[in-house]
Amino acid sequence: MLTIDRLTLQLPYYADGYTAWWKRRWATCLDAFSLTFSPGEVHAVVGASGAGKSLLAYAIMGLLPTPARLNGQLYYQGKPLDASRQRRLRGRELALIPQSLSALDPLVRTQRQVAWAAQRAGQPSAHAWHASQQALTHYQLDARAQQAYAHELSGGMARRVLTAMAHVSQARLVIADEPSVGLDPHQRQRVLGALRELADQGKTVILITHDLRHALPIADHVTIMRGGKLIETAPSSAFQGSGAALTSAYSQALWLALPDNAFATTTISRREQETNVA
Amino acid sequence: MLNAHRLGFRFSPDTPILEDISLTLKAGQWLGLSGDSGAGKSTLGKLLAGYLMPQTGYVTLEGAALPKNGVQPVQWLPQSPELAVNPRWRVAKILREAWTPSDAQCQAFGVKPKWLSRFPQSLSGGELQRVCVLRALAPEVRFLVADEISTMLDPITQLELWQALKQEAQLRQLGVLVISHDTALLERLCPQRLHLSGGQLKPY
Repeated sequence: MLTIDRLTLQLPYYADGYTAWWKRRWATCLDAFSLTFSPGEVHAVVGASGAGKSLLAYAIMGLLPTPARLNGQLYYQGKPLDASRQRRLRGRELALIPQSLSALDPLVRTQRQVAWAAQRAGQPSAHAWHASQQALTHYQLDARAQQAYAHELSGGMARRVLTAMAHVSQARLVIADEPSVGLDPHQRQRVLGALRELADQGKTVILITHDLRHALPIADHVTIMRGGKLIETAPSSAFQGSGAALTSAYSQALWLALPDNAFATTTISRREQETNVA
Repeated sequence: MLNAHRLGFRFSPDTPILEDISLTLKAGQWLGLSGDSGAGKSTLGKLLAGYLMPQTGYVTLEGAALPKNGVQPVQWLPQSPELAVNPRWRVAKILREAWTPSDAQCQAFGVKPKWLSRFPQSLSGGELQRVCVLRALAPEVRFLVADEISTMLDPITQLELWQALKQEAQLRQLGVLVISHDTALLERLCPQRLHLSGGQLKPY
């Protein structure tokens, strides 16, 4: 459904200190990244902060800052996904549930915002209003929450509003960027369950997260990223026991560092980190 | 010994958040605190650290009230480090606000020298969290309240942060109250655990 073929992304930065501070340098944020996402599947993309997970989402949506240097190809349903096609499909076929709750308009009531999302996806306004109400009810937001402003919502409610916006757009590819950060177990279960439901309807869901443990129960495949590189893509069933089914040392280390596993740094991860620093 | 005696707190007159909470944290003790969001975990943490004043009851440190000025011996570590630093200060100034950590301590917490000349916005959440934790470990500090400090970190970074903190706490016999949703993490870190719900503390 979505294929990423050797995507390389570079962003400019300026050196600090006094040597050639005027000179623009390029930091490689994604390095020859290739991956395929299929419909009906939740595909988790897991990595530490700074691994380039969110940038991957922006690259797919075409929301990168202008001076970015992008190489490689994206294919959506077999056809190349270029900037103009991204603009056309964004909000209709491609939806992003952003990481920051500040993505909600602070001056607009919840239901109006969701109706706008439906209208942007091409629904007539009367229908959009109805659809927004339905979607919000579906995500268990009551009449009071539907008429609330963003600052009156709790973190979990705001996440569900953002999910409802992706839901009404009837997008076929939904990218959720860290949807479970800062939620208690009950709320997290609801938000992740909503994503699983979208995938069960035949949509493609990309779940970007650092929270490997809670991504596993709902994900079909897990891709581990590090420093802009793809380390490994494994079925989520590979993450069990001592992680022997995992092929790379880094994903094993990530798995074993979880508190319900060994909660220990393996010698491999230490060694790898030292070489990384050098 | 940090003592909370029959604390009560409410934000609005008719809905109490905490009622009659008593708690003791000894030097060198790791105590876990769990609870649903909105249960009042952070409020309790802030009461213990003197960020909020209880409406009933009191907090004592070695039998005396918390000091009004100077370095606070009970430090509260917040969930969002970006809200706990001055965005116009460079990292070096932030880190050295109360004391100057040694190079070895910086290394143990993974604080890299090249961050020091930067502004906090250019560090990631996990990097800034490590700066904030190290900042709070001034020699006068006896107790820490760690309020969800590792939720935004990936497993390896989370583990390294706790290992560094554990080592430092062991060395100086710091008492630590760990607030988290993550029961597995609490089981790993804290021999004693409490659960907060309906304004009451229960052993977990």
